[in-house]
Parts: sequence; structure tokens; C-alpha cells
Amino acid sequence: MSLHGLVQIALFFGAVFATTKPLGAYMARVFAREATFAGRVLGPLERLVYRAARIDHRAEMTWKTYALAALTFNLVGIVALYTLQRMQGILPGNPQAMGAVPPDLAWNTAISFVTNTDWQAYSGEATMSYFVQAAGLTVQNFVSAATGIAAAIALIRSFSRRNSQSIGNFWFDLVRATLFVLLPLACVVALVLASQGVVQTWDPYVTIPLVESTKDASGNTVAHQILALGPAASQIAIKHLGTNGGGFFNANSAHPFENPTPLSNFVEMWAIFAIPSALCFAFGKMVGDARQGWAVLAAMTVLFVPMIALCTLSEQAGNPALRNLPVDDVQSLLSAGGNMEGKEVRFGISASALFATVTTAASCGAVNAMHDSLTPLGGLVPMGLMQLGEVVFGGVGSGLYGILVFAIIAVFVGGLMVGRTPEYLGKKIESFEMKMASLVILIPASVVLVGTAVAVVTAAGQKGIANPGAHGFSEVLYAFSSAANNNGSAFAGLSVNSVFYNIATGLAMLIGRFGVMVPVLAIAGSLAKKKLVPPSLGTLPTHTLLFVTMLVGVIVLVGALTFIPALALGPIVEQIASSKS
Amino acid sequence: MSASALARSQRKGNPHARHAHFHVKGHLLEGHIVKRAMVDALKKLDPRHQIKNPVMFVVWVGSVLTLGLFAQALSGHGEAKAPFILAISLWLWFTVYFANFAEAMAEGRGKAQADALRQAKKSIEAKKLESPSRSAPMRKVDSSQLRKGDIVLIEAGDLVPCDGEIVEGIASINESAVTGESAPVVRESGGDRSAVVAGTRVLSDWIIVRAAANPGETFLDRMISMVEGAKRHKTPNEIALNILLAALTIVFLLATVTLLPFSLFSVKVAGSGQPVTITVLVALLVCLIPTTIGGLLSAIGIAGMDRMIQANVIATSGRAVEAAGDVDVLLLDKTGTITLGNRQATKFHPAPGISEIDLASAAQLASLADETPEGRSIVVLAKEKWGLRERSVREMGAVFVPFSAHTRMSGVNVEERELRKGATDALDAYVQAKGGTFPDAVRATALTIAKQGGTPLVVASAPEAGAHSGTDSPAGSDMNRARVLGVVELKDIVKGGIKERFAELRAIGIKTVMITGDNPLTAAAIAAEAGVDDFLAEATPEAKLRLIRDHQSGGKLVAMTGDGTNDAPALAQADVAVAMNSGTQAAKEAGNMVDLDSNPTKLIEIVEIGKQLLMTRGALTTFSIANDIAKYFAIIPAAFAVTYPSLDRLNVMRLATPQSAIMSAVIFNALIIVVLIPLALRGIRYRALGADALLRRNLGLYGLGGIVVPFVGIKIIDVLLAFLHLA
Repeated sequence: MSLHGLVQIALFFGAVFATTKPLGAYMARVFAREATFAGRVLGPLERLVYRAARIDHRAEMTWKTYALAALTFNLVGIVALYTLQRMQGILPGNPQAMGAVPPDLAWNTAISFVTNTDWQAYSGEATMSYFVQAAGLTVQNFVSAATGIAAAIALIRSFSRRNSQSIGNFWFDLVRATLFVLLPLACVVALVLASQGVVQTWDPYVTIPLVESTKDASGNTVAHQILALGPAASQIAIKHLGTNGGGFFNANSAHPFENPTPLSNFVEMWAIFAIPSALCFAFGKMVGDARQGWAVLAAMTVLFVPMIALCTLSEQAGNPALRNLPVDDVQSLLSAGGNMEGKEVRFGISASALFATVTTAASCGAVNAMHDSLTPLGGLVPMGLMQLGEVVFGGVGSGLYGILVFAIIAVFVGGLMVGRTPEYLGKKIESFEMKMASLVILIPASVVLVGTAVAVVTAAGQKGIANPGAHGFSEVLYAFSSAANNNGSAFAGLSVNSVFYNIATGLAMLIGRFGVMVPVLAIAGSLAKKKLVPPSLGTLPTHTLLFVTMLVGVIVLVGALTFIPALALGPIVEQIASSKS
Repeated sequence: MSASALARSQRKGNPHARHAHFHVKGHLLEGHIVKRAMVDALKKLDPRHQIKNPVMFVVWVGSVLTLGLFAQALSGHGEAKAPFILAISLWLWFTVYFANFAEAMAEGRGKAQADALRQAKKSIEAKKLESPSRSAPMRKVDSSQLRKGDIVLIEAGDLVPCDGEIVEGIASINESAVTGESAPVVRESGGDRSAVVAGTRVLSDWIIVRAAANPGETFLDRMISMVEGAKRHKTPNEIALNILLAALTIVFLLATVTLLPFSLFSVKVAGSGQPVTITVLVALLVCLIPTTIGGLLSAIGIAGMDRMIQANVIATSGRAVEAAGDVDVLLLDKTGTITLGNRQATKFHPAPGISEIDLASAAQLASLADETPEGRSIVVLAKEKWGLRERSVREMGAVFVPFSAHTRMSGVNVEERELRKGATDALDAYVQAKGGTFPDAVRATALTIAKQGGTPLVVASAPEAGAHSGTDSPAGSDMNRARVLGVVELKDIVKGGIKERFAELRAIGIKTVMITGDNPLTAAAIAAEAGVDDFLAEATPEAKLRLIRDHQSGGKLVAMTGDGTNDAPALAQADVAVAMNSGTQAAKEAGNMVDLDSNPTKLIEIVEIGKQLLMTRGALTTFSIANDIAKYFAIIPAAFAVTYPSLDRLNVMRLATPQSAIMSAVIFNALIIVVLIPLALRGIRYRALGADALLRRNLGLYGLGGIVVPFVGIKIIDVLLAFLHLA
């Protein structure tokens, strides 16, 4: 790995960890109803929202009520977003006069943005009007992220409560996450991005003369280019902060108007990890033992480091298929070397590999390079990270609740080995928790496997596959891994804007999101009811390096054991086969 | 010492307490148990039995499926060579059989014990009375016709026909049928020793008993069903673990089932090779699902109960055994658990002006007829220290004055003197009534002794009431005044090794609380000497109950032992409640375990057995899951050898052929169950370590070991198969 690459990774983690504690402590205060500066400024707005929506934000909810509120809110979101897209043609803010989005695509996109996936089977600048992007997609970028945070906060709360029937108030958590956490951060990030050249305008697209005219496929001279514009900066800030990942433009963060400079690239990567890592600290703080939060963060980091190393090294090593050809892909002063296919020259290999790893470790899915063009092993990294269940930092909220479920499983096995029935943070882990934790692991894994299987045996599924051989299989596997784990990035080689893929990935996203969130809330409900067992020397400590190792082991084993056979038929065989030829 | 406390200490202070074991003991793989288990394991192949264990049921279905594929291959349309399919199928059947065998082995010892117990439970002739009086009309009925509340008479030589409470009489009883202890025990009406158990034999005297249970619900019946495992319910933790194992099984089922379309697609796009066969997929599935722990899980649970029974403890449920591992606080009775049952005289403290030998002599005289252990110890001390031989009380014409609750003294009247010993306040009153004074120095000595945890026994003498002795008797005027001779120091003797035991408990995070009727001063001193964490002095049943509730409301699990009826509420409240077999029916019903040895120290052993059970479960689960890594490396390259030959790069073990790789993995998977049966039955070694150290140790042994062992095992099997040209 180049020095430049190492420095970049070090700087990146430096920036992420620098904000972990202050941001985490702030969030802990926000959700514990403690006084904050933002509270004084935004308090009137918050109260206005409650009054307008006639919400009693102090009413405590059982887990079922909480889950029902979350589901209802998201269902309304899906219906609203679907309607907006279908009525796009008659709505304002549409300078390019885009027509209605087709029903299957509108269904797919509505689910995609409500589930915090931001899987895009469309190209933004050619499909969505400014109004739909701003009032539909951006709004969901905020509230889908806030829903994830709310569920995580409910779970955290359940650890610190005892003999309680309730886990908090969904509306309160949702409003606070949106107004007090996401909105201020998004404003700052949007301004920074705009300063780097990310566009923010309601003006129509502009047509400019090309410096040098060219010819299109049919031989006609092309002398002009249309530059797509729009209110991008405001959407891109939350796209990263909320680990949404849905690009304003089709090329996502590879587009110069969406991610123009190395600095904007750095800020966008920081924004992806900022809240997931801060939530770990908030978790420790809210359960009254900061070490617990650091342990979870440590496990995430330990999982992340080898992945970034593998990705960067594979990309720097270049395309294995070219190894025996007279191609010079060695890094030098004048050449980036390695595998530059599908990467932006302004980012190079290190920043592209880091971005790809960050965006899939967290369930963001924004891309600044084409993942389909990664080397087989380089591409295995993002796929593997998603298949681990999006718990390595993961989505805002969902990453934390995901890894806490793994921690519950680790505690279950580890707790037995110290001769006690398992307990995590003083809560006994019993059959109900295991039932729900099993669902959390089973549901996304089965959606990925079954979805891929259906796609590769049906004609409709096979039709979208662009590349032959193992890589084609990887494309399908990647698509379902991304959808079911609510990542949203894609191996773009697969043509996914078909009725089959729109419906299939739509279902995958829906099941992958709520099939996990509801069992997590059920665990929260059950934990809140339990008493707190005070720790003793005989209690399994969950803040030690040993436990972190064990947690990492459980995540890797469960993820790896489930997907190794499938990965063997995709990227693994591709790597071995192409390096042989 | 109060009368009841004396009685208690006598009862518990059996210095010859033995650990009697009535059960079948011997080597783990005792011949006839193995034989019976081998047959039982075959019977368990019944799908109705297999379906109770989801992991093994999947293997069972796989065995049936591969057998079908073998039949298909024989008819010439097979997906692979018939001998290969047959070999896989056979080893899958072995896997199921071995798991059944493990369970049958665990049940085997219980069954052998149950048979022994049934001997005691033959039909007994009962002498039913119409009313609880010896003279009431009697009718002879069969014990099976007795109902709760019936009154029966049991005389010397009779077997006790039912569980019950003695309403009248006292008898010595041989309880060896239940406890294995052949020394007779005394049972009498009233108090805490009034329970009798069906199947035991009355050796002397007679008792009238009120039946406390209907036939089929007696203690013996419960014991038989417990040891036999007939009514064995899965414990909460076992259920939770089963859910996890079932979830893993489903995940792997999906991972292998979807491999078929994946490989079909791969063959299609690669344009070469063949899709993976169903036989190989079944083999892969069976290797991946947690068969090791799945096959051994119920054996571990049964063996845990069995270890309890070997410690002569009958748990009324597996749940109680599990809870024992979780205990945070142990409430231990001082007497019998922490200290030897009786206090012993350790020193004479003469009053000012009295020689020590005079005190010793008087104390000895006052104790000669006193058969309590304390009394005996005074005689022994006098002999050891001053060579005072035992004198015949009768020859001296002495009259023994026994302890009474009214005077709270005992002693002897001899040579016109009254010699008395007793508690300070009792003797104070006595001396003053006799016109003497109680020296302050003695009072101070007594207080010091009490502070140090001892019991001061004041000895005084006075002229015999009503005796007319001359004013100038040769012994001098001193003899004619009531006066205090001094104090005998009685001390509780803390059991050897108990302090280390408590330190171990502390290291594993368990708090010990000493329960005693002593005053706080004495209690504190003994608590410090024994090294307990806390004590409850002047304990009443209410105080005990309150203490348990306090700990529980703080989220802690509490264990205690008890025997008396007044212990029943506390026993019912405690999470792990061990009733002494010698205790009352009420205590036994309130507890969730019965200790047949009636040894209160057993509580510590019980906690260890509970922990060992949980640790074994966790260790084998970890081992089982960690095994999968090696199996992947064996099977994946082999399974896709026909689709993507280049995947052979993953064959890091360099296994001979794809067939031998798959066979080796399947064989290893089956054999590891057999190899681990002794470990599952015996439990992994228990160590008194803190949680972090334990986790490190077990994770290293069973986690890392679980990763490494199958690599070695599979390679060895592969080499053998290749050597024998079997695959």
C-alpha cells in the first residue's frame, strides 16, 4: 500500500474518531431529554411539530406500539413518494419537463428511499424532477435515517431500563433525530460541499458548446453538451450523513458536480461514518458505561481494517487477467498503476478503494468509482461487508442495532462458557431474545440467497446480466446483497430497471429493513421488562479486548459461513481463474 | 445456648457425616449401560423421536434422502457412483446413531439408578387408622390405596408405606433405600425431624403418620422420574440454545439448497463442467449444521442432572440445576457449614482468687453427666490440661441437674454443693439469688470471649439448697458462699479449608453470607475467621426472608439451604433452595433440591455442578461452530471440482480426491460426536476463575481448538482413506 494511501486512511480515521465522542455525547443528551444548545435554538420548531401533528411526545410506548408507529410512518412515506413520482409531470419544480416515473420503477424507488437503501434503478438527471428530488427523495433521506436512529435509541434505552413495559416514544425519537441531529449536521456539510463546487440551484440544465466537437454512435456531429444541474448539495449532504447513498446524478459521487475535489471526497467519507461511530459512544453513555460503546466501535474497526487493506492492495495490484500481458500497471511517479478501470483520476486508487470500503461497510451505497470494475477480490470486499449484515459501522442506527444483536449472540455463547446463563449489560439473554436475534440473522441472509437463486434460474433474471461467467453471477449476488442489507450500491453491470428486478429488489429491501427492525424492537421490548443483574467477577465482561475478539469472530463466522459457498462461485473463482490464465 | 440451638447443633453436628452414595457408580462406559444404550440408540431412530431435535432431524432426513439416491444409482440413473452415495449415506446414519447413543448413554445411568429405587417401591401393606391414636380401629390396606391425609401406624420392622408427617411417636428409621446412608436416623413428631419417606424402614418403636402425598406423587416417585429423565423438560437456556442452533441450521440449509441453482447457472455460463450433486450438497449441509452440539446437547443436560444425583442431590427440575450456575449470593448456615457442628471448650478462665485447676475440676464435675458435645468437650479439656480423670458421678452420690429452658443452666449437686454452668446472665441471677456477687473481672472475661467469637460458659458453686452443712466445714467458709469460679471458653471450630473455599467463590463473583442465631459480636468474629463476605446475626425466619428479597430486588440470584418448617418461606423465595433430607416435609416441598446427605456444605458443590453444565454447553457449541471452517476448506473445492476445477486452490489440506475430501469431512463429523461423548457426560473441567480468565481459557481451548482439530482430523482420515484405497 502506498504511503499516500496509508496517510489517507489514518487521516480519515483521525477525523472520524475526533468527532465520535463530542457528537455521541451530544446525541446521548438529545435523546435523554437533557438540555442542549440546539434545544434552545430548535426547541420552538420541535414544539411546533408536536403541536401541528398533535403528538404527545412524552407518552411512553410499548415495543409493539413503537414498531407500529414506525411501520405506519414508513408506509405513509412509501405511498407519498410513490404518488409524487407518478404525478411528477403535473407538479412544479420540473424545468426539464420530466414525465411520470413508470409504476414498477416508482414502487422500487419509493421503497428504496424509505428503507434507507437508496438503490437506484434510474438515472437521476434523466428521470427525476428537482421537486421530486428535493421534496420526495431528500425528505426520505432525512426521515429514513431518523427512523434507524430511533430504533437504535429504543434498543439502547431498553438496556438501561428495568421492569419497564415501554421503550420510549417513536415520534419524539424521530423528530429529535431529524431536527437536532441530522438537520444541523446536514446544513454544515452542504455548505462545505457547495464551497467545493457541488451545485445547488433551481435553474434548468444548461447547454454549452464543446471545446472540440465529436461524433456520436451513428456518425452525427455533436457540438454541444447538456450539463445537468439542480439542488444537489442539500441532498448530497444528507445522502452521506444518513448513510442513504442515493445520488442526485446517475454517476453518484463520481460525478464532478456531486463530488468535485479530494476534499469534498474526504468530507463525504467522514459524513458516512460520523453518526454510526458517534452512536456507539452514545450507546456506551446511555447505558452508563462508556467502555461498552468503545468496545462495539473497536469491533467495527477491527473488522474494517483488513477489508480496506484487502481492497486497496487488490486494486493496487492491478487486474489479475492482465498480469501475463505486456501491460505496465506498476505504480510510479507518473502513473497511478494498478486497476484504474472505473475510477476517477482525481481520486486515484487509494481514495476510490477507501470510499468503496467505507460506503459498503456503512450501509451508504454512494459510490465514487464503478464497483463492477473492481478486481475480483477488490469487489469481494464491498460484497462481503454487506453480507456481514451491514454491521461494520453500518447504517445510521441500523448498524448499531445490528451489531448489538451480534453481541447478544456472542454473549449467549460466551456467557455459557464462563458458567452462567448469558447476560448482556445486566440483562439475561433468554429464548425470546434468541428467537428474535435468529430472525435478524436469518431474514437478510435468506433474502440474499433466495433472491439470487430466483434471479439466476429465471429468464427474467438472467436477461439483466451483462457479463458472462462468474462475474455475471457476482453482479446478481451483489444486487441482492445490497438490496436486502439496505446498502444501495450496485455492480452496475446488471441492468436492474426491469419489472423483475424492480419488484424483486423492492421486496428484498422491504423485508431486509423491517424484517430486521421489528425483531430488534421486540428484543428492546423484552429487555426493558427484565431486571438488571448487577455485574460481579463471575459476569462475562463485555468491554474487554477478549470480548471484542469474540464478537468479531461471531460476525465473521456467521457472515462467512453463510456466504462462502456463494462467494466461491463468484469473486473467488473469478480471482483464481483470471490470475491463472 | 438455647435449647433449640442445642438441638440443632446436635442434629447437624454429626462428626461422622459420610458422603453415602446409593447409586451405581463406576466407569463412564460401564458394560451393561453401554449395551443398553446401543439398543436404545437404535430405537431412537424413530422419526417421532428425531423431530424433537431439529439439527439431528435434518441429518436424519439427509440420511433417508441419500439412501433413496443410492437406490436410484443402483437402478442405473444415479447422479454419482453408487458406492460413494452409499458410503455417504451410511456415515450420515452413523452420525444420527452416535447422537442417539450419546443421549442414551446419559440416560443409561439414570435408568440403572431408577431400577435400584424401584426395588424400594414395591407394594407395602399399610396399617390404616381411623383417627390419629394408637388405640383407634386399624385396617390393613395396600399402600397404593393410601390418599393424602390418611393416618397410618408404622411399627418396628414395618416399611413406611407413604410420605408423611409424624403426628405421634418417635422411631429410629433406616433410610438407606433413599439416601444410601445405613446409619439409622431418629424421626419424631413435632419439630423439624418429623418427615418420613416411603420405602424406608422403621427399626424400633412406633409412629403414627399422616400421609402427605397420593400414590405416584411421593418423594420416591419424583426421584425415580427425575433420575430416569422421563419427565425431563428442556431447561430455559437449553431451549434458547436450541433456537440458535435451529436458526443456524436454517441458514446453512438455505446456503446449501441455493447452491444447486447457483451451480446450475455457473455451469450454464461457464459452458463446461457439471452441477454439484445432491449427495454432495447433503454432505455439505450435514457438515455445516452444528451436529456436534446438536447431537450432544440433551446428553449434556441429562449428565448435569446425573452429576447432581452423584453428589446425592435430587433436583426437582433441570431449571434449578441451571439456576445454580447463576447464583450470586450463597446463604450459609453457620452451624455445620462454616463451623463444625458443636462448640468445644478451649480454655479455662478462673475468677480472681480461684486456681485454674479448681475451676477445671468444678467444670468437669458439672459436665460429667452432661451428654451434649459441649459438655463432653469440657471433660476432655479438663483431662488434657490437668489430667483430671473422669469420676463416677453415681459413686459420688451426685445428682445431675439437666438443662432447662427455665433456669438456663445445668450442673450437678455433689458433696452438698451445687455446681452450675450456663450463660453469663443466667449465672449472674443464680449467684445473686444465692447471696453471692458476680465479679466484674469475670464479666469482662466473658465479654472478651464473646467478642472473639467464643461462647463464655460461667461456672459457679453454691451450698446445696436445704442441705445443712456445719458452719465450720473442713473446706472452709468459702464453700458456703455462692461464688463464681470462672469461665469456660467454648469456641466454634471453623471447618478446615472453608476459608479457601470462600475465597474461590469470591474469585468467581459469588458472595457468601453467614446466617447464625448468634449475637452480632460473636457472628462478626466467626465471619472474619471464616472469611465470609457478610453475615446475618440473630437470624429469624423473617430476617432471612427479608435478606433474600433484598438481594433479589437488586437483581441477584440467591441460594440457601434449610431444613426446618420455619425455613420454608425463605426456601420458597430463594432461587436455588436446597432442603435437607432430614428436614421437614414442608421444607422439602418449598425447596427445589433435596440433599440426601443433609450436608449444608453441599451448596457449594451444587453451584459448581450448575456452572460446569453451562460451561460444557457453551464450550461444545463454540467447538461445533468453529469446526465449520475446516469443513468448508474440505468440501467447497471438492463440491465444485466438476464446475470450476480452479477452485482446487482452496484445497489447502491437499486432500487426495474430491470424493475422499467429502468422505473425510463427513466421517470426521460423525466420529467427533463419539469422541466427545465422555466430555459431554463428565462435563468440562471446572475451575474457580474469574469470568475473563475462564472465557480466555475456554475460548482458546474450544474456539481455537475447534478451528485446528478438524483440519488435522480430516487430513488424517483422508490419508487413511487414500491408503486403504477406499476413496
